[in-house]
Amino acid sequence: MTIDQYINSSIGRKTVMAATGLFLCVFLIEHLYSNLLLLFTDGGVAFTEWSHTLVHSMLIRLIEIFLFLAIVLHVVQAIYITKQNRESRPVKYAVYKVDQTSSWFSRNMGITGSLIFFFIVVHMWQFFVPYRIMDTVGGEGQTNVAQTIKEAFHNPWFVLLYVGSSAFLAFHLNHGFQSAFTTFGMNAKKYKSLISLFGSFFAFVIIGLGFSIIPILFYFGIAGKTF
Amino acid sequence: MNLTLKIWRQKNSKEEGKLVTYQVDGISKEMSFLEMFDVLNERLVAKNEEPIAFDHDCREGICGMCSMHINGRPHGPWTRTTVCQLHMRAFEDGETIVIEPWRAKGFPVIKDLMVDRSAFDRIMAAGGFVSVNTGNAQDANCLPVPKADADESFSAAACIGCGACVASCKNSSAMLFVSAKVSQMALLPQGKVERKDRVMNMVKQMDVEGFGNCTNTGSCESVCPKGISLHHIARMNREYLLANITE
Amino acid sequence: MTKLNSKIPDGPLETKWTKYKSTVPLVNPSNKRNIEIIVVGSGLAGASAAASLAELGYKVKCFCFQDSPRRAHSIAAQGGINAAKNYQNDGDSVYRLFYDTIKGGDYRAREGNVHRLAEVSSAIIDQCVAQGVPFAREYGGYLDNRSFGGTQVQRTFYAAGQTGQQLLLGAYSALSRQIGKGSVEMHTRHEMLDVVIIDGKARGIIARDLISGKLERHFGHAVLLCTGGYGNVFYLSTNAMGCNATAIWKAHKKGAFFGNPCYTQIHPTCIPVAGDHQSKLTLMSESLRNDGRIWVPKKQGEARKANEIPEDERDYYLERRYPAFGNLVPRDVASRAAKERCDAGYGVGVSKMAVYLDFAFAYERYGKTKANQLGLHTASGAEILKLGKAEVAEKYGNLFEMYEKITGENPYEVPMRIYPAAHYVMGGLWVDYDLMTTVPGMYALGEANFSDHGANRLGASALMQGLADGYFVIPYTIGTYLSQDIRTKAISTDHEAFAETEKKIQEQIDRLMNIKGARSVDHFHKRLGKIMWDKCGMARNEKGLAEAIGEIKALREEFWKDVRIPGGQNELNAELEKAIRVADFLELGELMCKDALHRKESCGGHFREEYQTEEGEAKRDDDNFTYAAAWEFKNVGEWELNKEDLNYQVVHPSQRSYK
Repeated sequence: MTIDQYINSSIGRKTVMAATGLFLCVFLIEHLYSNLLLLFTDGGVAFTEWSHTLVHSMLIRLIEIFLFLAIVLHVVQAIYITKQNRESRPVKYAVYKVDQTSSWFSRNMGITGSLIFFFIVVHMWQFFVPYRIMDTVGGEGQTNVAQTIKEAFHNPWFVLLYVGSSAFLAFHLNHGFQSAFTTFGMNAKKYKSLISLFGSFFAFVIIGLGFSIIPILFYFGIAGKTF
Repeated sequence: MNLTLKIWRQKNSKEEGKLVTYQVDGISKEMSFLEMFDVLNERLVAKNEEPIAFDHDCREGICGMCSMHINGRPHGPWTRTTVCQLHMRAFEDGETIVIEPWRAKGFPVIKDLMVDRSAFDRIMAAGGFVSVNTGNAQDANCLPVPKADADESFSAAACIGCGACVASCKNSSAMLFVSAKVSQMALLPQGKVERKDRVMNMVKQMDVEGFGNCTNTGSCESVCPKGISLHHIARMNREYLLANITE
Repeated sequence: MTKLNSKIPDGPLETKWTKYKSTVPLVNPSNKRNIEIIVVGSGLAGASAAASLAELGYKVKCFCFQDSPRRAHSIAAQGGINAAKNYQNDGDSVYRLFYDTIKGGDYRAREGNVHRLAEVSSAIIDQCVAQGVPFAREYGGYLDNRSFGGTQVQRTFYAAGQTGQQLLLGAYSALSRQIGKGSVEMHTRHEMLDVVIIDGKARGIIARDLISGKLERHFGHAVLLCTGGYGNVFYLSTNAMGCNATAIWKAHKKGAFFGNPCYTQIHPTCIPVAGDHQSKLTLMSESLRNDGRIWVPKKQGEARKANEIPEDERDYYLERRYPAFGNLVPRDVASRAAKERCDAGYGVGVSKMAVYLDFAFAYERYGKTKANQLGLHTASGAEILKLGKAEVAEKYGNLFEMYEKITGENPYEVPMRIYPAAHYVMGGLWVDYDLMTTVPGMYALGEANFSDHGANRLGASALMQGLADGYFVIPYTIGTYLSQDIRTKAISTDHEAFAETEKKIQEQIDRLMNIKGARSVDHFHKRLGKIMWDKCGMARNEKGLAEAIGEIKALREEFWKDVRIPGGQNELNAELEKAIRVADFLELGELMCKDALHRKESCGGHFREEYQTEEGEAKRDDDNFTYAAAWEFKNVGEWELNKEDLNYQVVHPSQRSYK
């Protein structure tokens, strides 16, 4: 079987979703680490320096390409799968109590995924584009990145957007994380519950809580006192 | 008991169908759900109306022929039960019950509540077997099989091919059905020889039949009358991945 | 009598089959490719035969009325499959399996056939294991066995309570493989309505496509009927709703003799009828009798609940009547005993047509053992009961669950109510050693033939016979016939015999559709079932049988005047399907009564009240009835009896005793 046929098979598609998804999870951990540097009371130095390091590392730039590729693949496959799934039931049920047999979030990865995608666009527009493409932030004589963030989170709507999106991301991952392991065939009875438990912990505590805490702390002025 | 039934009526695969309302009275709680249908059909015949077509055969939960989507769930409200074993005790007097056929592109409606599940047979014909001609076999005990593997294999082999997994899945995916067979065979030494070809051919056929993609929602597992577990899907994914990497 | 030639090979019993196999004429591979075989039915016998013949190179067409070959009712067999493997080292052998089967059948089966069955039994297990059938295993990884009624060795292989399902799925997978290769052409949702005879040989069938309603013609050099039994003649039985006799009945009307139609097996442990709405009966595995005790109250018309009846007011009638075998007497004996008690007014439940199957003692016994194992020597009664129930649940949990779903009663709290129900038929089309009926080129396999079980079948032997016929017998024996037929080119289905047969069927359908009477098909089927159950069921007598024949004739006439079939014939029409089947049952029922009437003895499942011992046990008449009755169809309601004498050369018939 050629790689092309594999990728286009139903299980191949799942594998692509799972692989890109897990790769993006790794990125999230890195991203969270960067974010947490903002909580240092060092005037944002650690964060700024780390950002600087990342931007100037060829390796990171290379990984960044893969990152965008992963997002694109994840999204494109998701769109294709969703389309195919919809076509697989041309006549809908009049009564369909699927909520009794599966969770809303597991069934609506498309919705949470779309919201997250929307958020990513906003988020990039807000921070990534000015910093990395337009060079209007973070350069010499320009506002430092940490300050930009602090200012942004004075706006309650932004805080709400970030917190809300973190929540959606958490739910997305709560299903996605353990689902990815199932897709890779790792679902033995022995560690099945361990994976889903860790998946939930990762999704809700590490990612959900970790990401939403930053805007909240900035909004209430607890973080960012030193810059 | 008096009941209001909303039943999908569709003359054949070409015509459009619709839900038709029927009132039935004098239903006893002791009846099975299909016996309630017998009563209704008997009354329809008496009125010279065409009875409702539905698939059923063994009426003891093993042949896998019965297939009704009752009040939004395949095989109705009880868990680990086929329609034929569902009894009217599950319902309240005066209740409205909506009964639809399995709905999936892979299961086109033939008439009323009957659907065409031959896609499952074609998937089986693509690889759901061990290629052993009659008479080839060695003594049955020449290959010991660990009891745990035999039991696990049996738990997959218990699938009755009713299609409830497809019917309940929001994507109409047939992964649970296919994985049950792949898993059963992959666990046994007899099935290991062809494991790679088997999983690749069966998955290929499954995709051709127009079933949706699995997103691991677990709905199939919850409605499966035989309690086939989702981990068989995981095993199939693994088998498929390994087959593709090593082939 | 000259009409019947059973073609049993000469020579000593043990070498008949071996010799036959080495001398059977063969068909060479290139000729096989040009020979077409029709297999009707896709159960154990049909699927295994279709797959095996296709593997040999024949062109096979297989038909089933269900939506998939996997649905055939073989799937519902629970207990297991016998084989003379002697894995348990408990003294089993081919001879012992042969002997048990002959004795279990009350000395009314052919020695040659039964010995062959016992010989091939081992290969069946090998074949199934190789196919990936997940039989139960011991911790060492080797196959496990359990014991079944009527035997003293452990030779029953099983897969939980779903052995039939696993074996059928095995055969189905072999069949699927051939379908995938294109060597078997599968026709699902097709019902065979008649066989086509050309120059005295079976040359094809007329089948109805159940979706379009179209009649189709199919040619075959040979036709194999693997269509199961006719237990649904009783309306209520453990058979599936669609099980029917149409294929074998139409074959019978075209010249195939019908063997021992009155031999029916009534299974003792089924869930009793709950009301008039009942559509089928559910079996509770025979294995339950290993641990459950059967009883009725000592008082007639007892009104108290089971748990309120004190121990000394209970009558454990099987243990009382058959101290040696107790609750594990063979099926026919247990069924009759239950009927006797209920008829005498000791029955329980609302209908009073049930007896109790009680696990209270098993809870206590298992509970005590478990408590000892756990070192709980001072466990209270309640604790022991709890432990015991858990142990029983582990063994029979799925059956208890099923009972609760159906009855709404918790069998852990109150004893189960059970009653006998029609389950299996030993009768069927008469076949010779080659499994060929009296019509050349037409074979009957599995439950559809009059089989190897004599007058009573032992538990776990039906699966064995179905698979033996399909995997290991027919692939050889069909060569005897087909080797003579290699010059026959495929006959066009435009042949006048096809046209004529199709026309007759079309006329029958037209006639049915045009009756436009007032009663549904089920109405007639239920009435037929009641006649059969009351007068040709567990106990029969001359008066009842004579009455039954008259009643069936009258009912048949009424059916042909008053049945109503809504809808059209050129579409899916379940009522029409049922009507065609019931029309045949209405003729077959009469033959069953006629056969039962003529057999003036009691043997196995056939119990004539006039012929019983003083203790009420079956009394055979070996001098006058050691033969298989093969009925030749003359006209509707008119048959000629042919007898095939059974010559016992190895086993000597004796009175079966379970006291």
